[in-house]
Amino acid sequence: MAMLHIVNKSPFERNALKSCLGHTSAGDSILLIEDAVVGALTGTVMAPELQVAMQDQAVAVYALGPDLAARGLSAERVLPGLQVVDYAGFVDLTVANEKTQSWL
Amino acid sequence: MKYTLMINEGPYQHQASDTALQFARAALEKGHEIFRVFFYHDGVNNGTRLAVPPKDDRMLQKEWSELAEKHGLDLVICIAAAQRRGLMDASEAKRQGLNADNIAAGFRISGLGQLIEGGIEADRTLVFGD
Repeated sequence: MAMLHIVNKSPFERNALKSCLGHTSAGDSILLIEDAVVGALTGTVMAPELQVAMQDQAVAVYALGPDLAARGLSAERVLPGLQVVDYAGFVDLTVANEKTQSWL
Repeated sequence: MKYTLMINEGPYQHQASDTALQFARAALEKGHEIFRVFFYHDGVNNGTRLAVPPKDDRMLQKEWSELAEKHGLDLVICIAAAQRRGLMDASEAKRQGLNADNIAAGFRISGLGQLIEGGIEADRTLVFGD
């Protein structure tokens, strides 16, 4: 039963993303929205952990494109393998996953 | 698919109300149904009609009202959270002996049972908050 984990706080401000990464199962998805999109970028202290989740734990990671753009961050700067979605894509993720968990 | 959205953060506090509004628009655009939007904690402040943001700012309360009117959404404000924050409809104001109400069009005041029912009736329940 796949779960969509929604994280909305910067991993450099709160530990929501770190907590979330400790609770994901194979087949789950993580969607980074609002300030959490800064965690999607390459070259940060969060990058290795997200890469392990994507490559070794079969967790798909997404970032909300409009929230990247609102912060002046180019979608080209996100980690390889991390997918950028719009609000329609956000809706599709909630359809594809039977449960959603907001890590507030 | 049927959705219940829960909003726990006030407008202009951070971004939760904006995200929920954009999500609701995208879901409706795709033909999904929003069964209920439940406003809890500071989220009840999304339901005042007396907000007058600067003209070039987002008009969150008005946008929720407009979306509700356009799509017949059920926008429910938690009564206990509303009482604490001075969010009143006409009957609640009368019951409390107050001389004014401020609830925006499309919103109604009710209890937590509405959130539980929303969770049962909807296929998906999403929480937006701080």
